[in-house]
Amino acid sequence: MDLSRPALTAKNLSCSRDERLLFSGLNFELLPGQLLLLEGSNGSGKTSLLRILCGFRDADEGELLWRGEAIGDSDYFSEMAYVGHADGSKRELSVAENLRFALAINSPGHYSIDQALQKVRLSGFDDNPVQTLSAGQKRRLSLARLLITHNHLWILDEPFTSLDKGGVELIENLMIDHTKQGGMVILTSHQDLSLQHLDLQRIHLDTCH
Amino acid sequence: MSLTSAFLAIVRRDLLLAFRRRAEMANPLFFFVLVVTLFPLAVGAQPNLLQTMAPGVIWVSALLAALLSLDGMFRSDFEDGSLEQMLLSRHSLSILVLGKIFAHWLVTGVPLMLIAPLLALFLGLQDTAMSTLWLTLLLGTPMLSLIGAIGVALTVGLRRGGMILSLLVLPLYIPLLIFASNAVERAASGLPVTAQLNILLAMLSLAVVLTPWPTAAALKMSVN
Amino acid sequence: MSIIPAAVSRFFHRTASSPHFYALADRFIPWLLVIFLVLLGFGLYGGLYQAPADYQQGESYRIIYIHVPAAWMSLFIYVLMAIMGAIALIWHMKLAEVMLISSAPIGAAFTFIALVTGSLWGKPMWGTWWVWDARLTSELILLFLYLGIISLYGAIEDKRSAARAVSILALVGVVNIPIIHYSVQWWNTLHQGPTVGKMGKSSMHPSMLVPLLEMAMAFKFYYGVVVLQTAKLELLKRESTAQWVKNLTETSE
Repeated sequence: MDLSRPALTAKNLSCSRDERLLFSGLNFELLPGQLLLLEGSNGSGKTSLLRILCGFRDADEGELLWRGEAIGDSDYFSEMAYVGHADGSKRELSVAENLRFALAINSPGHYSIDQALQKVRLSGFDDNPVQTLSAGQKRRLSLARLLITHNHLWILDEPFTSLDKGGVELIENLMIDHTKQGGMVILTSHQDLSLQHLDLQRIHLDTCH
Repeated sequence: MSLTSAFLAIVRRDLLLAFRRRAEMANPLFFFVLVVTLFPLAVGAQPNLLQTMAPGVIWVSALLAALLSLDGMFRSDFEDGSLEQMLLSRHSLSILVLGKIFAHWLVTGVPLMLIAPLLALFLGLQDTAMSTLWLTLLLGTPMLSLIGAIGVALTVGLRRGGMILSLLVLPLYIPLLIFASNAVERAASGLPVTAQLNILLAMLSLAVVLTPWPTAAALKMSVN
Repeated sequence: MSIIPAAVSRFFHRTASSPHFYALADRFIPWLLVIFLVLLGFGLYGGLYQAPADYQQGESYRIIYIHVPAAWMSLFIYVLMAIMGAIALIWHMKLAEVMLISSAPIGAAFTFIALVTGSLWGKPMWGTWWVWDARLTSELILLFLYLGIISLYGAIEDKRSAARAVSILALVGVVNIPIIHYSVQWWNTLHQGPTVGKMGKSSMHPSMLVPLLEMAMAFKFYYGVVVLQTAKLELLKRESTAQWVKNLTETSE
């Protein structure tokens, strides 16, 4: 394995919650430019798997490797970013203040704050408190966070919720740009996605037992 | 961004948030004063009795006020997903947590220190004890935040964690309570208190070094 | 963990595997029970019957044969819990988690017994049911530490997270116990409070000391019996959907 190339490998992952086996024997490899779509019915373990991928929870069995090393021993956390159900933004702070904080606790990425706001169509909203934003705008703010910090891997939990068609297109374009630049994306989604231009793997969790 | 700037960023952020929610800031303070007021009402207002009880009463009330203020330490971050983002930061969670605790102390502990003279007045605490009271609060209130943080981190994911928080944290506060109230008592009698203050300083140093790790570990567990 | 040689790891993993442990516990429990009863017999006979009455306290001192071993157990079990907590956190060993939470109620019970017997001991001497004796006060605080662990475990729904939480709490508690103990002892000297029974081990006559040690050992075996039983039950609860549990219930029918 070429250790200098960012790659996420999952070997034989299994997870139980409250004594119910959610999935087992899960394997995949994600390389630069690739996108992984996790599908499954509610309760199939999508969220648990994402939480394992984010390092919030340990898998019951199996290992997760980044560039060939266990994620705990490697630079995994400096090279990945996560957008979950909750926005991860403080309501009382402004858009810019939130992004500046995100920048302070991570390494800077390709885009400056202004450029990122432009890309997610929130230019001019710098000083607006987050509590005045709509749900869709808040989601776009979370995406801006992905752009301003240094990362290869994006992990997105239901990124299309609260977005209108324009918003969905925006995310798809962001994902396309990201993967073109060698980035990787893992996402879960209820909706049927087109995602035609992308190198897409699909895992259906209900089948992993 | 370096570790120090991350630490400062989180302190700045939390102070800004506290300022924007400043109405809430006063609550532990009111509680502190109120609880102290309850004692004369309950045991009678004889000056000698109040004076003897003053060090203990002020310290127990400070403890309870600090307990009340603890819940806010991680709750908001837990609920809006900011805590998860901090977990994913390239920086050690222990340092970020230390930053949050420091900010929490500035917002909740320092006001307790500042209002203590008023309470000393209410209970007739001797003048000789005032500076010691301040010193014990200066050394003790950070400990209340540091030790309390462990309890909050363990219970932040629980819906009604408040009662369990008290059960977890109050026994750990007891050594602090013993030495702090004793120091003030001795100062009130004009006796030297260097030994007690040194012990408090030692306990504070130990707390600063030892508490961030279990707090960070407990936060990871809560986010599970 | 790379510092442990592979063979040792394998041994640990095998012993710690749940069905293996369950069977092992089943084999051990009867033996531990027998040894407990024998030691208990010797201890009670020696302490309540053979040992002479105390020069100062007469017959009422005999409660130490329950009080002191119970107090020792309360501390011993907490330290064990902290060790199991450390093992559970470092090696993610489910068995350590199960043993930890199974020990907590037993430790709490011993603490409670120590408190009650201590209080009973104090009554003839001081006339009140409770004195703020340094050791009793420390035991009371220890009881709260135990109750904290039991409450926290019960309050967290996901039992894996709950186990991590109590492991952390047990470690925090064990660090605090010496601090609490010395603070309370020092606090007690300040106000020159009453002391419940100054029974130092070194100053005790062998005829009094030997039954005490027998009782202490007996309580350890008692702990062994109860913790293994409780651990078996907890393991069944946590792995109720596993194949080996299903096999167990089938073969017993």
